[in-house]
Amino acid sequence: MTPSATPVANVAGRWEPDLARRRLSGTIFYGACLGAIGILLLTLLLILWDVLSQGLPWLDAQFLTGVPSRKTAQAGIFPALIGSLEVAIIVALVAFPIGVGAAIYLAEYAGNSRLTRALRTNISNLSGVPSVIYGIFGLAIFVRVMGLGFTVISGALTIALLIMPVVVIASMEAIKAVPQAQRDGAYALGASRWQMVREAVLPAAAPGIMTGIILAMARAIGETAPLILVGAFTFVTFIPQPFDGGYTVLPIQVLDWATRPQADFHGLAAAAIIVILILMFILNGLAILVRARLSRHIQW
Amino acid sequence: MNVELTEAPIRESTTDGTGPGVRILAADGPTRTQPLDEPETVVELRDVSCYYGTFRAVRNVDLKIARQRITALIGPSGCGKSTLIRTINRMNDLVPTYRSEGTVLLDGQDLSARDVDPVAVRRRVGMVFQKPNPFPKTIWENVAFGPKINGFKGDLNELVEKSLRRAALWDEVKDKLKQSGMALSGGQQQRLCIARTIAVEPEVILMDEPCSALDPRATLQIEELMAQLKRDYTIVIVTHNMQQAARASDTTVFMTMGEDRAGYVVEQGETVGIFTNPKHQLTEDYVSGRFG
Repeated sequence: MTPSATPVANVAGRWEPDLARRRLSGTIFYGACLGAIGILLLTLLLILWDVLSQGLPWLDAQFLTGVPSRKTAQAGIFPALIGSLEVAIIVALVAFPIGVGAAIYLAEYAGNSRLTRALRTNISNLSGVPSVIYGIFGLAIFVRVMGLGFTVISGALTIALLIMPVVVIASMEAIKAVPQAQRDGAYALGASRWQMVREAVLPAAAPGIMTGIILAMARAIGETAPLILVGAFTFVTFIPQPFDGGYTVLPIQVLDWATRPQADFHGLAAAAIIVILILMFILNGLAILVRARLSRHIQW
Repeated sequence: MNVELTEAPIRESTTDGTGPGVRILAADGPTRTQPLDEPETVVELRDVSCYYGTFRAVRNVDLKIARQRITALIGPSGCGKSTLIRTINRMNDLVPTYRSEGTVLLDGQDLSARDVDPVAVRRRVGMVFQKPNPFPKTIWENVAFGPKINGFKGDLNELVEKSLRRAALWDEVKDKLKQSGMALSGGQQQRLCIARTIAVEPEVILMDEPCSALDPRATLQIEELMAQLKRDYTIVIVTHNMQQAARASDTTVFMTMGEDRAGYVVEQGETVGIFTNPKHQLTEDYVSGRFG
Protein backbone atom coordinates (compact mmCIF):
# COMPACT_ATOMS: atom_id res chain seq x y z
CA MET A 1 0.00 0.00 0.00
CA THR A 2 1.69 3.18 -1.12
CA PRO A 3 -0.48 6.23 -0.86
CA SER A 4 0.80 9.05 -2.97
CA ALA A 5 3.29 10.99 -0.95
CA THR A 6 2.55 14.42 -2.35
CA PRO A 7 3.37 16.90 0.37
CA VAL A 8 0.31 18.94 1.19
CA ALA A 9 2.21 22.21 0.96
CA ASN A 10 2.94 21.61 -2.72
CA VAL A 11 -0.72 21.71 -3.64
CA ALA A 12 -1.69 24.66 -1.48
CA GLY A 13 -1.47 26.93 -4.53
CA ARG A 14 -4.25 25.00 -6.24
CA TRP A 15 -6.79 26.16 -3.71
CA GLU A 16 -8.61 29.45 -3.96
CA PRO A 17 -10.96 29.33 -0.99
CA ASP A 18 -12.03 32.93 -1.69
CA LEU A 19 -13.92 33.29 1.54
CA ALA A 20 -14.90 36.87 0.80
CA ARG A 21 -16.80 35.87 -2.32
CA ARG A 22 -18.45 32.93 -0.56
CA ARG A 23 -19.50 35.15 2.32
CA LEU A 24 -20.92 37.64 -0.15
CA SER A 25 -22.95 35.00 -2.02
CA GLY A 26 -24.13 33.69 1.35
CA THR A 27 -25.27 37.17 2.29
CA ILE A 28 -27.03 37.59 -1.06
CA PHE A 29 -28.86 34.29 -0.58
CA TYR A 30 -29.84 35.30 2.94
CA GLY A 31 -31.11 38.61 1.58
CA ALA A 32 -33.12 36.82 -1.12
CA CYS A 33 -34.78 34.59 1.47
CA LEU A 34 -35.49 37.63 3.62
CA GLY A 35 -36.99 39.34 0.58
CA ALA A 36 -39.21 36.31 -0.11
CA ILE A 37 -40.62 36.27 3.40
CA GLY A 38 -40.98 40.05 3.17
CA ILE A 39 -43.08 39.86 0.00
CA LEU A 40 -45.21 37.15 1.55
CA LEU A 41 -45.78 39.13 4.75
CA LEU A 42 -46.50 42.32 2.85
CA THR A 43 -49.11 40.63 0.66
CA LEU A 44 -50.76 39.05 3.67
CA LEU A 45 -50.81 42.33 5.56
CA LEU A 46 -52.27 44.18 2.53
CA ILE A 47 -55.07 41.62 2.18
CA LEU A 48 -55.75 41.71 5.90
CA TRP A 49 -55.74 45.49 5.98
CA ASP A 50 -58.06 45.70 2.97
CA VAL A 51 -60.51 43.20 4.42
CA LEU A 52 -60.40 44.55 7.97
CA SER A 53 -60.79 48.20 6.99
CA GLN A 54 -63.82 47.40 4.83
CA GLY A 55 -65.40 44.69 6.92
CA LEU A 56 -64.85 45.59 10.57
CA PRO A 57 -67.53 48.33 10.64
CA TRP A 58 -70.12 45.73 9.60
CA LEU A 59 -69.00 43.04 11.98
CA ASP A 60 -71.38 43.00 14.95
CA ALA A 61 -73.77 40.65 16.76
CA GLN A 62 -76.54 41.49 14.30
CA PHE A 63 -74.29 40.44 11.42
CA LEU A 64 -73.42 37.11 13.03
CA THR A 65 -76.97 36.18 14.07
CA GLY A 66 -78.95 37.76 11.25
CA VAL A 67 -80.07 36.36 7.92
CA PRO A 68 -79.36 37.81 4.46
CA SER A 69 -81.48 40.81 3.61
CA ARG A 70 -81.82 43.40 0.91
CA LYS A 71 -81.40 45.99 3.64
CA THR A 72 -77.68 45.93 4.34
CA ALA A 73 -78.07 47.21 7.90
CA GLN A 74 -80.09 44.10 8.81
CA ALA A 75 -78.15 41.58 6.74
CA GLY A 76 -76.41 38.71 8.52
CA ILE A 77 -74.61 35.47 7.81
CA PHE A 78 -76.04 33.08 10.38
CA PRO A 79 -77.37 30.54 7.82
CA ALA A 80 -74.09 30.58 5.89
CA LEU A 81 -72.06 30.21 9.10
CA ILE A 82 -74.09 27.20 10.21
CA GLY A 83 -73.98 25.79 6.68
CA SER A 84 -70.19 26.07 6.59
CA LEU A 85 -69.86 24.42 10.00
CA GLU A 86 -72.12 21.55 8.96
CA VAL A 87 -70.16 21.06 5.74
CA ALA A 88 -66.86 21.20 7.67
CA ILE A 89 -67.94 18.62 10.21
CA ILE A 90 -69.29 16.18 7.63
CA VAL A 91 -66.19 16.66 5.45
CA ALA A 92 -63.97 15.91 8.45
CA LEU A 93 -65.97 12.82 9.37
CA VAL A 94 -65.90 11.46 5.81
CA ALA A 95 -62.62 12.58 4.29
CA PHE A 96 -60.18 12.04 7.13
CA PRO A 97 -60.87 8.41 8.03
CA ILE A 98 -61.03 7.41 4.37
CA GLY A 99 -58.05 9.53 3.38
CA VAL A 100 -55.80 8.39 6.24
CA GLY A 101 -56.96 4.79 5.81
CA ALA A 102 -56.11 4.86 2.12
CA ALA A 103 -52.73 6.38 2.94
CA ILE A 104 -51.99 3.65 5.49
CA TYR A 105 -52.95 1.02 2.93
CA LEU A 106 -50.76 2.53 0.22
CA ALA A 107 -47.77 3.14 2.49
CA GLU A 108 -47.86 0.08 4.75
CA TYR A 109 -49.83 -2.69 3.11
CA ALA A 110 -49.71 -2.28 -0.65
CA GLY A 111 -46.56 -3.60 -2.23
CA ASN A 112 -44.64 -1.75 -4.86
CA SER A 113 -46.37 -3.28 -7.86
CA ARG A 114 -47.05 -1.44 -11.08
CA LEU A 115 -50.70 -1.12 -10.05
CA THR A 116 -50.00 0.57 -6.71
CA ARG A 117 -47.43 2.88 -8.28
CA ALA A 118 -50.02 3.92 -10.87
CA LEU A 119 -52.51 4.41 -8.04
CA ARG A 120 -50.15 6.69 -6.12
CA THR A 121 -49.41 8.78 -9.18
CA ASN A 122 -53.07 9.12 -10.05
CA ILE A 123 -54.00 10.22 -6.55
CA SER A 124 -51.43 12.98 -6.89
CA ASN A 125 -52.98 13.92 -10.23
CA LEU A 126 -56.44 14.01 -8.68
CA SER A 127 -55.42 16.92 -6.49
CA GLY A 128 -54.82 18.91 -9.65
CA VAL A 129 -58.29 18.37 -11.12
CA PRO A 130 -60.27 21.65 -11.25
CA SER A 131 -62.77 21.79 -8.43
CA VAL A 132 -65.67 22.45 -10.80
CA ILE A 133 -65.20 18.94 -12.17
CA TYR A 134 -65.86 17.63 -8.66
CA GLY A 135 -69.00 19.76 -8.62
CA ILE A 136 -70.24 18.16 -11.83
CA PHE A 137 -69.44 14.71 -10.44
CA GLY A 138 -71.23 15.54 -7.19
CA LEU A 139 -74.27 16.76 -9.10
CA ALA A 140 -74.42 13.56 -11.11
CA ILE A 141 -73.72 11.07 -8.34
CA PHE A 142 -74.82 12.53 -5.01
CA VAL A 143 -77.66 14.80 -6.11
CA ARG A 144 -79.13 12.71 -8.93
CA VAL A 145 -78.15 9.04 -8.72
CA MET A 146 -78.10 8.79 -4.94
CA GLY A 147 -81.02 11.16 -4.73
CA LEU A 148 -79.62 13.23 -1.90
CA GLY A 149 -80.84 16.43 -3.54
CA PHE A 150 -79.46 19.92 -3.14
CA THR A 151 -78.56 19.44 0.50
CA VAL A 152 -75.68 20.00 2.89
CA ILE A 153 -74.79 16.32 2.68
CA SER A 154 -74.39 16.46 -1.11
CA GLY A 155 -72.16 19.51 -0.83
CA ALA A 156 -70.09 18.03 1.98
CA LEU A 157 -69.54 14.72 0.16
CA THR A 158 -68.43 16.62 -2.93
CA ILE A 159 -65.95 18.69 -0.91
CA ALA A 160 -64.77 15.54 0.88
CA LEU A 161 -63.92 13.96 -2.48
CA LEU A 162 -62.16 17.14 -3.47
CA ILE A 163 -59.81 17.28 -0.48
CA MET A 164 -59.20 13.56 -0.11
CA PRO A 165 -56.14 13.47 -2.42
CA VAL A 166 -54.47 16.15 -0.29
CA VAL A 167 -55.12 14.12 2.88
CA VAL A 168 -53.89 10.90 1.26
CA ILE A 169 -50.70 12.41 -0.13
CA ALA A 170 -49.76 14.30 3.05
CA SER A 171 -50.48 11.25 5.23
CA MET A 172 -48.57 8.94 2.94
CA GLU A 173 -45.51 11.18 3.02
CA ALA A 174 -45.70 11.38 6.82
CA ILE A 175 -46.00 7.59 7.12
CA LYS A 176 -43.15 6.98 4.70
CA ALA A 177 -40.93 9.33 6.75
CA VAL A 178 -41.15 7.06 9.81
CA PRO A 179 -37.79 5.28 10.05
CA GLN A 180 -37.79 1.56 9.24
CA ALA A 181 -35.99 0.98 12.56
CA GLN A 182 -39.20 2.00 14.38
CA ARG A 183 -41.16 -0.66 12.49
CA ASP A 184 -38.46 -3.25 13.10
CA GLY A 185 -38.46 -2.42 16.80
CA ALA A 186 -42.20 -3.05 17.10
CA TYR A 187 -42.12 -6.22 14.97
CA ALA A 188 -39.23 -7.59 17.04
CA LEU A 189 -41.40 -7.40 20.15
CA GLY A 190 -43.97 -9.62 18.49
CA ALA A 191 -46.33 -6.91 17.27
CA SER A 192 -48.77 -7.82 14.52
CA ARG A 193 -48.82 -5.57 11.50
CA TRP A 194 -51.82 -3.64 12.78
CA GLN A 195 -50.26 -3.29 16.25
CA MET A 196 -47.05 -2.08 14.64
CA VAL A 197 -48.94 0.48 12.55
CA ARG A 198 -50.97 1.63 15.56
CA GLU A 199 -48.17 1.85 18.09
CA ALA A 200 -45.08 2.66 16.04
CA VAL A 201 -46.09 4.25 12.75
CA LEU A 202 -49.20 6.32 13.45
CA PRO A 203 -47.90 8.13 16.56
CA ALA A 204 -44.72 9.06 14.77
CA ALA A 205 -46.58 10.10 11.62
CA ALA A 206 -49.43 11.88 13.43
CA PRO A 207 -47.93 15.39 13.37
CA GLY A 208 -47.38 15.17 9.60
CA ILE A 209 -50.85 13.73 9.03
CA MET A 210 -52.39 16.53 11.09
CA THR A 211 -50.54 19.12 9.02
CA GLY A 212 -52.11 17.62 5.89
CA ILE A 213 -55.53 17.68 7.53
CA ILE A 214 -55.15 21.34 8.49
CA LEU A 215 -54.30 22.26 4.90
CA ALA A 216 -57.17 20.16 3.57
CA MET A 217 -59.64 21.68 6.03
CA ALA A 218 -58.64 25.21 5.08
CA ARG A 219 -59.32 24.34 1.46
CA ALA A 220 -62.67 22.75 2.32
CA ILE A 221 -63.93 25.86 4.10
CA GLY A 222 -62.82 28.20 1.33
CA GLU A 223 -64.13 26.16 -1.61
CA THR A 224 -66.89 27.78 -3.63
CA ALA A 225 -67.23 26.62 -7.21
CA PRO A 226 -68.26 22.96 -6.79
CA LEU A 227 -70.88 23.92 -4.21
CA ILE A 228 -72.67 26.14 -6.68
CA LEU A 229 -73.17 23.07 -8.86
CA VAL A 230 -74.49 20.93 -6.02
CA GLY A 231 -77.07 23.46 -4.99
CA ALA A 232 -75.73 25.93 -2.45
CA PHE A 233 -78.04 28.94 -2.76
CA THR A 234 -77.10 32.55 -2.46
CA PHE A 235 -80.12 33.72 -0.51
CA VAL A 236 -80.93 31.48 2.45
CA THR A 237 -82.88 32.95 5.34
CA PHE A 238 -83.28 29.74 7.33
CA ILE A 239 -80.96 27.41 9.22
CA PRO A 240 -79.74 24.70 6.79
CA GLN A 241 -80.65 21.12 7.73
CA PRO A 242 -77.98 18.50 6.94
CA PHE A 243 -80.20 16.14 4.95
CA ASP A 244 -83.10 18.29 3.86
CA GLY A 245 -83.73 21.53 2.07
CA GLY A 246 -81.48 24.26 0.77
CA TYR A 247 -78.26 25.53 2.24
CA THR A 248 -75.47 27.98 1.73
CA VAL A 249 -71.92 28.44 2.94
CA LEU A 250 -69.78 31.46 3.75
CA PRO A 251 -67.74 31.71 0.52
CA ILE A 252 -70.93 31.63 -1.53
CA GLN A 253 -72.42 34.37 0.59
CA VAL A 254 -69.24 36.38 0.00
CA LEU A 255 -69.47 35.76 -3.74
CA ASP A 256 -73.08 36.95 -3.78
CA TRP A 257 -72.40 40.15 -1.88
CA ALA A 258 -69.12 40.95 -3.62
CA THR A 259 -70.74 40.80 -7.06
CA ARG A 260 -73.45 43.28 -6.19
CA PRO A 261 -72.98 46.86 -7.39
CA GLN A 262 -73.75 48.63 -4.09
CA ALA A 263 -70.73 49.51 -1.96
CA ASP A 264 -72.45 48.52 1.30
CA PHE A 265 -72.66 44.92 0.13
CA HIS A 266 -68.92 44.94 -0.45
CA GLY A 267 -68.52 45.85 3.20
CA LEU A 268 -70.74 42.89 4.11
CA ALA A 269 -68.59 40.64 1.89
CA ALA A 270 -65.44 41.82 3.67
CA ALA A 271 -67.06 41.20 7.06
CA ALA A 272 -67.98 37.65 5.96
CA ILE A 273 -64.39 37.08 4.85
CA ILE A 274 -63.28 38.06 8.35
CA VAL A 275 -65.68 35.44 9.74
CA ILE A 276 -64.22 32.81 7.38
CA LEU A 277 -60.71 33.75 8.53
CA ILE A 278 -61.70 33.48 12.19
CA LEU A 279 -63.41 30.14 11.55
CA MET A 280 -60.30 28.85 9.82
CA PHE A 281 -58.17 30.16 12.64
CA ILE A 282 -60.28 28.28 15.21
CA LEU A 283 -60.28 25.03 13.23
CA ASN A 284 -56.54 25.21 12.61
CA GLY A 285 -56.00 25.99 16.28
CA LEU A 286 -57.96 22.86 17.19
CA ALA A 287 -55.92 20.79 14.76
CA ILE A 288 -52.68 22.19 16.16
CA LEU A 289 -53.87 21.34 19.67
CA VAL A 290 -54.63 17.79 18.56
CA ARG A 291 -51.22 17.60 16.89
CA ALA A 292 -49.50 18.79 20.06
CA ARG A 293 -51.41 16.23 22.12
CA LEU A 294 -50.55 13.44 19.70
CA SER A 295 -46.86 14.29 19.60
CA ARG A 296 -46.62 14.79 23.37
CA HIS A 297 -45.80 11.13 23.82
CA ILE A 298 -43.18 11.13 21.12
CA GLN A 299 -39.72 12.15 22.16
CA TRP A 300 -37.16 11.86 19.46
CA MET B 1 -14.98 41.83 9.55
CA ASN B 2 -13.84 38.30 9.66
CA VAL B 3 -10.16 37.62 9.79
CA GLU B 4 -8.76 35.38 7.12
CA LEU B 5 -6.88 32.46 8.55
CA THR B 6 -3.47 32.37 7.05
CA GLU B 7 -2.34 29.05 5.73
CA ALA B 8 0.42 27.87 7.98
CA PRO B 9 3.41 26.12 6.51
CA ILE B 10 2.44 22.51 6.68
CA ARG B 11 5.77 20.76 6.41
CA GLU B 12 8.22 23.09 8.01
CA SER B 13 7.90 23.35 11.70
CA THR B 14 7.75 26.63 13.48
CA THR B 15 10.53 27.27 15.86
CA ASP B 16 8.60 27.39 19.10
CA GLY B 17 10.25 25.03 21.52
CA THR B 18 11.77 22.79 18.92
CA GLY B 19 14.75 24.96 18.14
CA PRO B 20 15.99 25.98 14.72
CA GLY B 21 16.69 23.59 11.95
CA VAL B 22 14.06 21.03 12.84
CA ARG B 23 12.28 20.07 9.67
CA ILE B 24 9.39 17.74 9.41
CA LEU B 25 9.12 16.07 6.06
CA ALA B 26 7.32 12.97 7.10
CA ALA B 27 5.84 12.27 3.69
CA ASP B 28 9.34 11.96 2.35
CA GLY B 29 10.23 9.46 5.01
CA PRO B 30 13.95 9.46 5.69
CA THR B 31 14.37 13.20 6.11
CA ARG B 32 12.27 13.17 9.25
CA THR B 33 14.38 14.68 11.98
CA GLN B 34 11.67 15.42 14.48
CA PRO B 35 12.76 14.24 17.91
CA LEU B 36 10.08 11.96 19.29
CA ASP B 37 10.22 13.33 22.78
CA GLU B 38 9.49 16.85 21.67
CA PRO B 39 6.84 16.83 18.96
CA GLU B 40 5.60 20.00 17.37
CA THR B 41 2.23 21.22 18.59
CA VAL B 42 -0.49 21.77 15.96
CA VAL B 43 -3.48 22.34 18.17
CA GLU B 44 -3.26 23.73 21.64
CA LEU B 45 -6.12 24.11 24.08
CA ARG B 46 -5.55 26.54 26.93
CA ASP B 47 -7.91 26.48 29.87
CA VAL B 48 -10.88 25.52 27.70
CA SER B 49 -14.29 25.17 29.34
CA CYS B 50 -17.47 24.34 27.43
CA TYR B 51 -21.02 25.15 28.41
CA TYR B 52 -24.44 24.12 27.17
CA GLY B 53 -26.61 26.83 28.63
CA THR B 54 -25.67 26.94 32.29
CA PHE B 55 -24.40 23.35 32.31
CA ARG B 56 -20.62 23.10 32.24
CA ALA B 57 -19.77 20.07 30.12
CA VAL B 58 -15.99 20.44 30.08
CA ARG B 59 -13.80 22.36 32.48
CA ASN B 60 -10.32 23.86 32.32
CA VAL B 61 -8.73 21.64 29.73
CA ASP B 62 -5.10 22.23 28.79
CA LEU B 63 -4.05 20.05 25.89
CA LYS B 64 -1.37 19.94 23.23
CA ILE B 65 -1.93 17.90 20.09
CA ALA B 66 1.23 16.90 18.28
CA ARG B 67 1.66 17.10 14.53
CA GLN B 68 1.51 13.88 12.57
CA ARG B 69 0.65 11.80 15.54
CA ILE B 70 -2.55 10.08 16.57
CA THR B 71 -4.02 11.37 19.78
CA ALA B 72 -6.71 9.26 21.39
CA LEU B 73 -9.30 10.70 23.76
CA ILE B 74 -10.65 8.06 26.11
CA GLY B 75 -13.00 8.22 29.05
CA PRO B 76 -16.49 7.24 30.18
CA SER B 77 -19.62 8.26 28.25
CA GLY B 78 -20.70 11.81 28.88
CA CYS B 79 -17.31 13.06 30.04
CA GLY B 80 -17.16 15.61 27.25
CA LYS B 81 -14.75 14.00 24.78
CA SER B 82 -16.93 14.75 21.79
CA THR B 83 -17.73 18.23 23.06
CA LEU B 84 -14.02 18.88 23.41
CA ILE B 85 -13.02 17.81 19.90
CA ARG B 86 -15.98 19.64 18.42
CA THR B 87 -14.60 22.87 19.84
CA ILE B 88 -11.47 22.37 17.73
CA ASN B 89 -13.36 22.78 14.44
CA ARG B 90 -16.07 25.02 15.89
CA MET B 91 -18.82 22.47 15.19
CA ASN B 92 -20.33 23.26 18.54
CA ASP B 93 -21.09 26.75 17.28
CA LEU B 94 -24.05 25.07 15.59
CA VAL B 95 -25.54 24.09 18.96
CA PRO B 96 -27.81 26.97 20.00
CA THR B 97 -27.00 27.24 23.71
CA TYR B 98 -23.31 26.39 23.42
CA ARG B 99 -20.47 28.68 24.43
CA SER B 100 -16.86 28.11 25.34
CA GLU B 101 -14.19 29.84 27.37
CA GLY B 102 -10.45 29.66 26.94
CA THR B 103 -8.29 29.56 23.86
CA VAL B 104 -7.95 27.06 21.02
CA LEU B 105 -4.83 27.59 18.93
CA LEU B 106 -4.21 26.10 15.50
CA ASP B 107 -0.62 26.73 14.46
CA GLY B 108 -0.53 29.43 17.08
CA GLN B 109 -3.65 31.19 15.76
CA ASP B 110 -6.64 31.62 18.03
CA LEU B 111 -9.56 29.70 16.48
CA SER B 112 -12.04 30.45 19.18
CA ALA B 113 -11.96 34.19 18.57
CA ARG B 114 -15.28 35.62 17.52
CA ASP B 115 -13.93 37.20 14.36
CA VAL B 116 -12.56 33.92 13.01
CA ASP B 117 -14.86 32.44 10.38
CA PRO B 118 -15.71 28.86 11.38
CA VAL B 119 -16.10 28.03 7.70
CA ALA B 120 -12.39 28.64 7.22
CA VAL B 121 -11.53 26.65 10.36
CA ARG B 122 -13.42 23.56 9.23
CA ARG B 123 -11.52 23.18 6.00
CA ARG B 124 -8.31 23.00 7.99
CA VAL B 125 -9.73 20.78 10.71
CA GLY B 126 -11.77 17.98 9.15
CA MET B 127 -14.11 15.62 10.92
CA VAL B 128 -15.28 12.03 10.60
CA PHE B 129 -18.41 11.13 12.53
CA GLN B 130 -19.55 8.14 14.53
CA LYS B 131 -22.13 6.99 12.03
CA PRO B 132 -20.92 7.01 8.43
CA ASN B 133 -22.77 9.89 6.76
CA PRO B 134 -22.08 9.81 3.03
CA PHE B 135 -24.24 12.16 0.98
CA PRO B 136 -26.94 10.54 -1.15
CA LYS B 137 -24.81 11.21 -4.21
CA THR B 138 -22.35 9.20 -6.25
CA ILE B 139 -19.05 8.12 -4.73
CA TRP B 140 -17.22 10.55 -7.02
CA GLU B 141 -19.46 13.45 -6.03
CA ASN B 142 -19.09 12.62 -2.34
CA VAL B 143 -15.33 13.12 -2.59
CA ALA B 144 -15.47 16.03 -5.03
CA PHE B 145 -18.00 18.04 -2.99
CA GLY B 146 -15.51 19.49 -0.50
CA PRO B 147 -12.91 20.50 -3.08
CA LYS B 148 -15.60 22.07 -5.26
CA ILE B 149 -17.02 24.28 -2.52
CA ASN B 150 -13.56 25.25 -1.32
CA GLY B 151 -12.40 26.54 -4.69
CA PHE B 152 -10.10 23.72 -5.80
CA LYS B 153 -8.48 24.70 -9.09
CA GLY B 154 -6.65 21.52 -10.04
CA ASP B 155 -7.74 18.29 -11.67
CA LEU B 156 -10.78 17.05 -9.73
CA ASN B 157 -10.61 13.52 -11.12
CA GLU B 158 -7.02 13.24 -10.01
CA LEU B 159 -7.83 14.59 -6.55
CA VAL B 160 -10.78 12.21 -6.16
CA GLU B 161 -8.61 9.26 -7.13
CA LYS B 162 -5.78 10.36 -4.84
CA SER B 163 -8.14 10.84 -1.92
CA LEU B 164 -9.78 7.46 -2.46
CA ARG B 165 -6.36 5.83 -2.71
CA ARG B 166 -5.24 7.49 0.50
CA ALA B 167 -8.41 6.26 2.17
CA ALA B 168 -7.57 2.74 0.96
CA LEU B 169 -10.86 2.57 -0.90
CA TRP B 170 -9.82 3.10 -4.52
CA ASP B 171 -9.40 -0.53 -5.49
CA GLU B 172 -12.86 -1.38 -4.19
CA VAL B 173 -14.74 1.48 -5.85
CA LYS B 174 -12.74 2.48 -8.94
CA ASP B 175 -15.22 0.73 -11.22
CA LYS B 176 -18.32 2.17 -9.59
CA LEU B 177 -17.56 5.82 -8.97
CA LYS B 178 -20.97 6.69 -10.43
CA GLN B 179 -22.82 4.55 -7.90
CA SER B 180 -24.37 5.97 -4.77
CA GLY B 181 -22.14 6.30 -1.74
CA MET B 182 -25.03 4.98 0.32
CA ALA B 183 -24.81 1.62 -1.43
CA LEU B 184 -21.42 0.79 0.10
CA SER B 185 -20.93 -1.33 3.22
CA GLY B 186 -20.57 0.39 6.59
CA GLY B 187 -16.78 0.15 6.63
CA GLN B 188 -16.55 1.34 3.02
CA GLN B 189 -18.91 4.24 3.78
CA GLN B 190 -16.68 5.31 6.66
CA ARG B 191 -13.59 5.13 4.46
CA LEU B 192 -15.51 7.16 1.86
CA CYS B 193 -16.15 9.75 4.57
CA ILE B 194 -12.43 9.76 5.38
CA ALA B 195 -11.62 10.16 1.66
CA ARG B 196 -14.11 13.02 1.53
CA THR B 197 -12.43 14.63 4.53
CA ILE B 198 -8.88 14.38 3.22
CA ALA B 199 -9.93 15.61 -0.23
CA VAL B 200 -9.99 19.17 1.14
CA GLU B 201 -6.47 18.61 2.51
CA PRO B 202 -6.98 19.58 6.12
CA GLU B 203 -4.17 19.70 8.66
CA VAL B 204 -6.05 17.94 11.41
CA ILE B 205 -8.64 15.17 11.17
CA LEU B 206 -11.00 14.72 14.09
CA MET B 207 -12.60 11.30 14.40
CA ASP B 208 -15.51 10.89 16.76
CA GLU B 209 -15.76 7.17 17.49
CA PRO B 210 -15.31 6.35 13.79
CA CYS B 211 -15.43 2.59 14.30
CA SER B 212 -18.25 2.15 16.76
CA ALA B 213 -20.67 1.16 14.00
CA LEU B 214 -18.19 -1.14 12.25
CA ASP B 215 -17.23 -4.79 12.53
CA PRO B 216 -13.73 -5.77 13.75
CA ARG B 217 -12.38 -6.25 10.25
CA ALA B 218 -13.58 -2.87 9.04
CA THR B 219 -12.29 -1.40 12.31
CA LEU B 220 -8.86 -2.84 11.65
CA GLN B 221 -8.88 -1.41 8.14
CA ILE B 222 -9.66 2.05 9.54
CA GLU B 223 -6.87 1.70 12.09
CA GLU B 224 -4.37 0.70 9.40
CA LEU B 225 -5.56 3.63 7.37
CA MET B 226 -5.01 5.99 10.29
CA ALA B 227 -1.45 4.75 10.67
CA GLN B 228 -0.81 5.68 7.04
CA LEU B 229 -2.66 8.96 7.19
CA LYS B 230 -0.59 10.21 10.09
CA ARG B 231 2.33 10.61 7.70
CA ASP B 232 0.44 13.58 6.27
CA TYR B 233 -2.13 14.50 8.84
CA THR B 234 -2.63 14.98 12.52
CA ILE B 235 -5.39 12.78 13.87
CA VAL B 236 -7.46 13.13 17.01
CA ILE B 237 -9.71 10.18 17.73
CA VAL B 238 -12.39 9.76 20.36
CA THR B 239 -12.87 6.11 21.20
CA HIS B 240 -14.64 3.93 23.71
CA ASN B 241 -12.57 0.99 22.65
CA MET B 242 -9.49 0.91 24.86
CA GLN B 243 -7.77 -1.73 22.76
CA GLN B 244 -8.19 0.63 19.83
CA ALA B 245 -6.63 3.51 21.75
CA ALA B 246 -3.76 1.25 22.84
CA ARG B 247 -3.22 -0.18 19.35
CA ALA B 248 -3.69 2.84 17.18
CA SER B 249 -2.63 5.96 19.04
CA ASP B 250 0.67 7.57 19.95
CA THR B 251 -0.68 9.83 22.66
CA THR B 252 -3.60 9.16 24.95
CA VAL B 253 -5.68 11.66 26.86
CA PHE B 254 -7.84 10.29 29.65
CA MET B 255 -10.88 12.32 30.63
CA THR B 256 -13.49 11.73 33.27
CA MET B 257 -16.16 13.79 34.95
CA GLY B 258 -16.39 15.26 38.39
CA GLU B 259 -19.22 15.52 40.90
CA ASP B 260 -20.71 18.38 38.89
CA ARG B 261 -20.71 16.13 35.76
CA ALA B 262 -18.20 18.47 34.13
CA GLY B 263 -15.57 16.57 32.18
CA TYR B 264 -11.89 17.23 32.75
CA VAL B 265 -8.55 15.79 31.71
CA VAL B 266 -7.06 13.47 34.30
CA GLU B 267 -3.91 12.46 32.54
CA GLN B 268 -2.26 12.73 29.15
CA GLY B 269 0.91 11.27 27.76
CA GLU B 270 2.47 8.61 25.57
CA THR B 271 -0.07 5.85 24.99
CA VAL B 272 2.31 3.17 26.25
CA GLY B 273 2.77 5.04 29.51
CA ILE B 274 -0.94 5.65 30.04
CA PHE B 275 -1.75 1.98 29.57
CA THR B 276 1.19 0.38 31.33
CA ASN B 277 2.13 2.87 33.96
CA PRO B 278 -0.68 5.34 34.65
CA LYS B 279 0.09 8.00 37.21
CA HIS B 280 -3.44 8.44 38.49
CA GLN B 281 -5.59 5.86 40.22
CA LEU B 282 -8.60 6.97 38.11
CA THR B 283 -6.69 6.26 34.91
CA GLU B 284 -5.53 2.89 36.16
CA ASP B 285 -9.07 1.92 37.13
CA TYR B 286 -10.40 2.94 33.74
CA VAL B 287 -7.77 1.38 31.48
CA SER B 288 -7.83 -1.84 33.48
CA GLY B 289 -11.61 -2.02 33.20
CA ARG B 290 -12.34 -1.50 36.87
CA PHE B 291 -14.11 1.76 36.28
CA GLY B 292 -17.21 2.01 38.42
